[in-house]
Amino acid sequence: METLDARHLLCPLPVIRVQDRIKTMQPGETLEVACTDPGTRHDIPAWCRIHGHRVISCWDENTEIVFRLEVGA
Amino acid sequence: MQENPKAVALISGGLDSMLAAKIMQQQGVHVEGINFYTGFCVEGHTHAIRKKDKAKPKRNNALWVAEQLGIKLHIIDIIEEYKRVVINPQHGYGANLNPCLDCKIFMVGKAREWIAENGFDFIVTGEVIGQRPMSQRKDTMPVIARESGADDRLLRPLCARNLPPTLPEREGWVDRDRLYDFSGRSRKPQIAMAKELGIEDYAQPAGGCCFLTDQNYSRKLTDLWQARGERDYELDDIMLLKIGRHIRPRPNFKMIIAREEGESRFLQGYKKSFIHMLPVSHRGPLVLIDGDPGEQDLLLAARLTARYSQGRDAEQVEVSIVREKNREQVSVTPFPAHEIPKEWLV
Ligand code: SF4
Repeated sequence: METLDARHLLCPLPVIRVQDRIKTMQPGETLEVACTDPGTRHDIPAWCRIHGHRVISCWDENTEIVFRLEVGA
Repeated sequence: MQENPKAVALISGGLDSMLAAKIMQQQGVHVEGINFYTGFCVEGHTHAIRKKDKAKPKRNNALWVAEQLGIKLHIIDIIEEYKRVVINPQHGYGANLNPCLDCKIFMVGKAREWIAENGFDFIVTGEVIGQRPMSQRKDTMPVIARESGADDRLLRPLCARNLPPTLPEREGWVDRDRLYDFSGRSRKPQIAMAKELGIEDYAQPAGGCCFLTDQNYSRKLTDLWQARGERDYELDDIMLLKIGRHIRPRPNFKMIIAREEGESRFLQGYKKSFIHMLPVSHRGPLVLIDGDPGEQDLLLAARLTARYSQGRDAEQVEVSIVREKNREQVSVTPFPAHEIPKEWLV
């Protein structure tokens, strides 16, 4: 599993970072992203839906929002 | 020519680019969206910072539009390259620091690079002749096509019939008769078309799509350039101009004062890179100091910080000043509100 630190970035930067990282990954691989901008709760799942990736889970850790994503085909 | 022409549409999140993309889809064109992040975009940001806005569900309109249309959206970070557009626009600024014409040329130019790299055939925008005073005029629209290098691979479906036929039209990739001839400032034709297409919920940008069209924001950016003696910026600078109260009591330093809890929390993230202050005897805002203040300047800043705390009417307020790892505490008389000269407020 790969990880990505998108904390303290404001939208849409976390989405851009996820997009650029996923480009380098293979279908089926997973990526865990830590964010602090509450806007990511909406934007990251929306971006994943558009591009056919899957949000496996999303949870809060203190002030952080963590997503686990699976790269789509 | 291939069976399915491919176009990339510049998606801002507003209605016009949404309609332009939709018209292409109706003509059987494969459309994907591209959206540029300059750092000045109105999307996101401040909504996420200020607490009062938290209750409202927030969405990125460009993503939302892409999802409605069922197209992919590529968001491109152009923060670094965009600086030269803002700092030195060849075609000048609009009413504020908005370099709309250079901005459009730059974005269409980037889209042209993108189509070359990704094997797409042409570029689509939601521009309408006469809609915007600077970039969407009959005489500036050819300038965008030419200087971006997109030339006749740039199609504006909403007003194409008022312009010479482009490559996609001449080649028959799209049917010119099913394109439109909108012009002028009125939004009625777009609103009517949206209704016809069953699009009810869309963003209506007021002045423009970015903070550079905002007078207050432009004033703060001008102040930053003046104070630094050069026209340059980093992403953090332009983010910080979006939030807080900015006061410049002396040419060599500026205070950024959180106006509420959400802003305080956001400014926390910048504490490491700035001298900062916080009232300790009373509740009050986190304050960042930008510039190069001397000892007297810091005392003045502490008095101003006290003025914005709940101890504004107290005799003395304790304020802590943190410089790198060094923390000291001073006791100051709050600066009287009515004595703050207007010129200090940026
Ligand atoms: S409003 Fe801002 S983003 Fe829109 S064209 Fe003008 S400079 Fe570019």
